[in-house]
Amino acid sequence: MMTCCPVGPAIDAATLFAGDLEPWVTTRPDGTRELDLIIPGLCSPESISVIEEALEQLSGLASARVNFTCKRVVATWNDVSFSAAAISGKLNELGFISRPFDPSHSGLKADDAQSRLLLRAVAVSGFAAANIMLLSVSVWSGAEGSTRDLFHWISAGIALPAVAYAGRPFFRSAVRALSSGQFNMDVPISLAVCLAALMSLFETFNHGEVAYFDASVTLLFFLLTGRYLDHLMRARARSAVSQLLSLSASSAMVEEADGTTRVLAATALQPHMKMLVAAGERLAADGVVIAGTSEIDRSLLTGETIPEVVAKGAIVHAGMLNLTGPIAIDVTAAGQDTFLAEIIRLMASAEQSRSRFVQIADRLARIYAPAVHILAATTLAGWLLWTGGDWHISLMTAIAVLIITCPCALGLAVPAVQTVASGVLFRNGVMIKDGAALEKLSGIDTVIFDKTGTLTLGRPRLTNSAALSSMDMALAAGLARASRHPLSRAVCEAAKFRGIVPLAVEGVQEIPGCGLSAIFQGEPVRLGSRRWCGIAENDGQGLPEFVLMRGSKATGIFAFEDELRGDAAAVIAKLQSEGLQVEILSGDREVAVRRAASALGIDKWQAGATLHQKLAYVEQLKAMGRKVLMVGDGLNDAPALAAGLTSMAPASATDIGRTAADSIFMGESLQPVLVARDVAIATQSLSLQNFVLAVGYNLVAVPIAMLGFASPLIAAVAMSTSSIIVIGNSLRLGLFFRKQPVPAEARPQQGAPDLPYLERRAA
Amino acid sequence: MTILLFLIPVALALGALGLAAFLWSLRSGQFDDLDGAANRILVDEDRPKRPADGNK
Repeated sequence: MMTCCPVGPAIDAATLFAGDLEPWVTTRPDGTRELDLIIPGLCSPESISVIEEALEQLSGLASARVNFTCKRVVATWNDVSFSAAAISGKLNELGFISRPFDPSHSGLKADDAQSRLLLRAVAVSGFAAANIMLLSVSVWSGAEGSTRDLFHWISAGIALPAVAYAGRPFFRSAVRALSSGQFNMDVPISLAVCLAALMSLFETFNHGEVAYFDASVTLLFFLLTGRYLDHLMRARARSAVSQLLSLSASSAMVEEADGTTRVLAATALQPHMKMLVAAGERLAADGVVIAGTSEIDRSLLTGETIPEVVAKGAIVHAGMLNLTGPIAIDVTAAGQDTFLAEIIRLMASAEQSRSRFVQIADRLARIYAPAVHILAATTLAGWLLWTGGDWHISLMTAIAVLIITCPCALGLAVPAVQTVASGVLFRNGVMIKDGAALEKLSGIDTVIFDKTGTLTLGRPRLTNSAALSSMDMALAAGLARASRHPLSRAVCEAAKFRGIVPLAVEGVQEIPGCGLSAIFQGEPVRLGSRRWCGIAENDGQGLPEFVLMRGSKATGIFAFEDELRGDAAAVIAKLQSEGLQVEILSGDREVAVRRAASALGIDKWQAGATLHQKLAYVEQLKAMGRKVLMVGDGLNDAPALAAGLTSMAPASATDIGRTAADSIFMGESLQPVLVARDVAIATQSLSLQNFVLAVGYNLVAVPIAMLGFASPLIAAVAMSTSSIIVIGNSLRLGLFFRKQPVPAEARPQQGAPDLPYLERRAA
Repeated sequence: MTILLFLIPVALALGALGLAAFLWSLRSGQFDDLDGAANRILVDEDRPKRPADGNK
């Protein structure tokens, strides 16, 4: 698997869940207490035994069981004095961040129950179908008289309970649709299954020659398989997304009037509380700074990459990252009044326009379901006229038409392909939230990228490392390692990359907005902005810089740039060559956006766009009839993500961004965008092929049924083969996108960017 | 044809046995953690049990 750890930004992972675990502990009927924790960082199989062994060392704990698939651990204990906090403490010791698993929050519990119900129904209908088919084969091969009756009775004994049990998902959905005055695919399915079973029972009573028990149960089996596949795909994506979300579940430190501090969940914050934010923490609420000075990284809110200095009186918003110093904040807005709530409102209205999208399967169902009923009714009427009122034969034929036309292959056509597609995408680091996203992706004609955090990695990189002396690097790294400022981190990273050991300096002080100062071998040294170091400003490229001062002499200038994702240029060139309009819509300053746009060969870009402007721009494009794929990560992208025909967000995005996006991609590469579109197009064409196959089969089979020649044998064979053909056709997708070993001569040269997918695609 | 009286019940019983086994394994949570189960076979089971409380 390419990427198996969907972890968010390191800074989010570093803020531990500090809340009380007690509310999450459940007590079983026998008095055993149970805690379910989710461990998003669990990704190597070795961790299973590491965690279980370590937890079982805790005295008082009865058992600990890791669920590797869901990345969860369930711990049980009987000892009343045992504290749940010990478990998460132990996990932290091992280097795992854990969060209480809240099933009601993510809807996963309902998913689980639904998935088990479907699986049981598949098992029951599969068992019934296999056994009835055996009996039917005997009937077809010539069983007569009482033997045939016996076989029919046994079939009835198996089929009726099986239909009653396994058909429930369809019956419920059909009743729901009918009671709201609508038709869906489940109405003809339910009718066909029930009528086939009841008519066969009637025939069995009257020692009839034909019974359709096998058809009704096989039908259920195939349809349930399709439904289960569909469900599996969505559940997998949802659980992956909920793991991402749980990583950024935030809490806040609040200082009471009497000076004591306590940790509150972000949702429990009230206006006028005093919130303390340490350096490196993300703000949990909007507010005004009342004490302290610091630098604030607002890139998630605005796309702005250069931190801003804040002091007393500055207005700050939830989602901003406090970089250099501790600050105290008077919370001004909580709940409905936050900047966040405003974003959510905008998203909700943007999403309304989007929900009008109808999936191809549903579009077909709207035509298909009434057509089936009209055909059956016509058959009934026609046969009544023809035979002069013979109800028995007319009804039999009409029901045969219903069975034959039942959208068995149609029901499988889309879920089967989409399940294979989501598996392929999952292996390539893309999580698709539902099948509709794939359909929408295949039709896009415009791709809009946010810059910060999407086209770039959202963190600065030292660009002139090679021009700096080892001594300067070592000294700068010595200063920088004391700071969490992104520029300082970039210096440390560059030094580490060059294998330079930081020099020890004394008395490091961080001055927000200026830089770092310290003493090195009795001499004052500084690393910070030009203004603070007293060096003339440069030509105004707008790129952040650090100056290293020894005494009063500037020895080196460190230039930084927000690094583009390694393969961004290649991916964008590919998208453009396929006739897609690619644009940048960023909240960052013009210089930075222009630089990125020219590096990537994008002509159309917009800088300094606010939340509302981004949304308005996407809406405007939509009004012009363009089909927009929005790719973004920030809070300010969230409404635009919701407004686009479809959207993608990197796994490092804000949780709102991830919620708003239809799909999420992982890793540092931008390739998943390309892969997702390719897979989506292939999925769409395979779905269409499947429909053609399924409908084609109906075109052949329906006249046979209407003329009254549809024996149970024909029904069974036709239905099974069409289903198997559809499934086989769907599996081709997996073959097409299978990872192929790159032949030795085609391997990229040493140092060349590793783009196996792009290369294979070009070949 | 009396052989049918044996064979059919036997066939059905075997099928039902398989179904029951599947439903049981589903209920007892054996399908809850498929990736974990695949990896657990590689885990060395020879770890010392905890001395105290013994209820694991």
